[in-house]
Amino acid sequence: MHKMVDDAYYKQLHELQAVDFVLVELNLYLDTHPMDANAIQQYNQYAELRMRIAHQFESQYGPLMNFGHSFSSVPWAWNDTPWPWQV
Amino acid sequence: MWVYEKKLQYPVRVSKCDPLMAKFLLEQYGGADGELAAALRYLNQRYSIPDKVIGLLTDIGTEEFAHLEMIATMVYKLTKDATPDQMRAAGLGDHYAAHDNALFYQNASGVPWTAAYIQAKGDPIADLYEDIAAEEKARATYQWLIDLTDDVDLQDSLKFLREREIVHSLRFREAVEILKEKRDEKIYY
Amino acid sequence: MNDQVRYYEPYVSPLDPCPPRRVKSYITPPQLFIPFQPPNLPQFHPYEALMHGTLWPALYSPYGPQKVRQEEEGDD
Repeated sequence: MHKMVDDAYYKQLHELQAVDFVLVELNLYLDTHPMDANAIQQYNQYAELRMRIAHQFESQYGPLMNFGHSFSSVPWAWNDTPWPWQV
Repeated sequence: MWVYEKKLQYPVRVSKCDPLMAKFLLEQYGGADGELAAALRYLNQRYSIPDKVIGLLTDIGTEEFAHLEMIATMVYKLTKDATPDQMRAAGLGDHYAAHDNALFYQNASGVPWTAAYIQAKGDPIADLYEDIAAEEKARATYQWLIDLTDDVDLQDSLKFLREREIVHSLRFREAVEILKEKRDEKIYY
Repeated sequence: MNDQVRYYEPYVSPLDPCPPRRVKSYITPPQLFIPFQPPNLPQFHPYEALMHGTLWPALYSPYGPQKVRQEEEGDD
């Protein structure tokens, strides 16, 4: 059984990629600028935003992460397509 | 440990079946300055680097695996459903003979990946300078790959990866500055 | 003119078989000029940041395919 993804999938995925990218950039920056309180505040703010967006994405398209970092519906949703390289 | 996230770091779109370009892209898959070499280089060096820069090596090493997945996605899409004749015409007849359309950790010339591509000297400055050089070499490789395709969608993803090499290079340069400072001096913010 | 490109004119021999490229270029991206990133640099918005591959415009390095670059070089 293959679920086809809709336009909204790509749109929501793109939003998540954008927010996650800000977090990657701030993370690497903070690794060499550990005293920058403004950047840490922005990092925490985006981490919270990220949780909301990821939760919304997962409620529609299934779990993003394995090993207990995401919830699953029945049947086990982790195996469902599409995998990242397939979309 | 690591956990997997079921999404690409950046969207990968390719607009045509192009096994020849897939062959060229293998340079960044299993080549000397490719993403596999980068990830394994940083995640191995981190065990013998001063504590102040372990986080950076861990995070950049982890991001490199996301880039490896992007390159794999490009190769997968460019060769998906390609016929043996198309593979042969792209100079991948020998690849097809051994691997069908499977991915393999090799460079654009078909040379298998080897640990000899990466160094761990145990000297933090030597290791970070190697890392800076690796990022600049990967940046150059992305430039030549962008030159080799007229697929604007593929160019878009390759430009993203090229820019990441620039940011990583800057962070490694900053790591060198951090290691240059004396015990009680604070130069960083 | 792209501020991140440097040009040089290599020696051209009358015996060179390929048509000479009289001006060659290479790129000097921003990380070469930022010893340590200062705090509070202006940022791209998230979608723009993702598209550019960096959160900070100061770190962005544009790159076009060689065909385009050679046409630019021809303009100089």
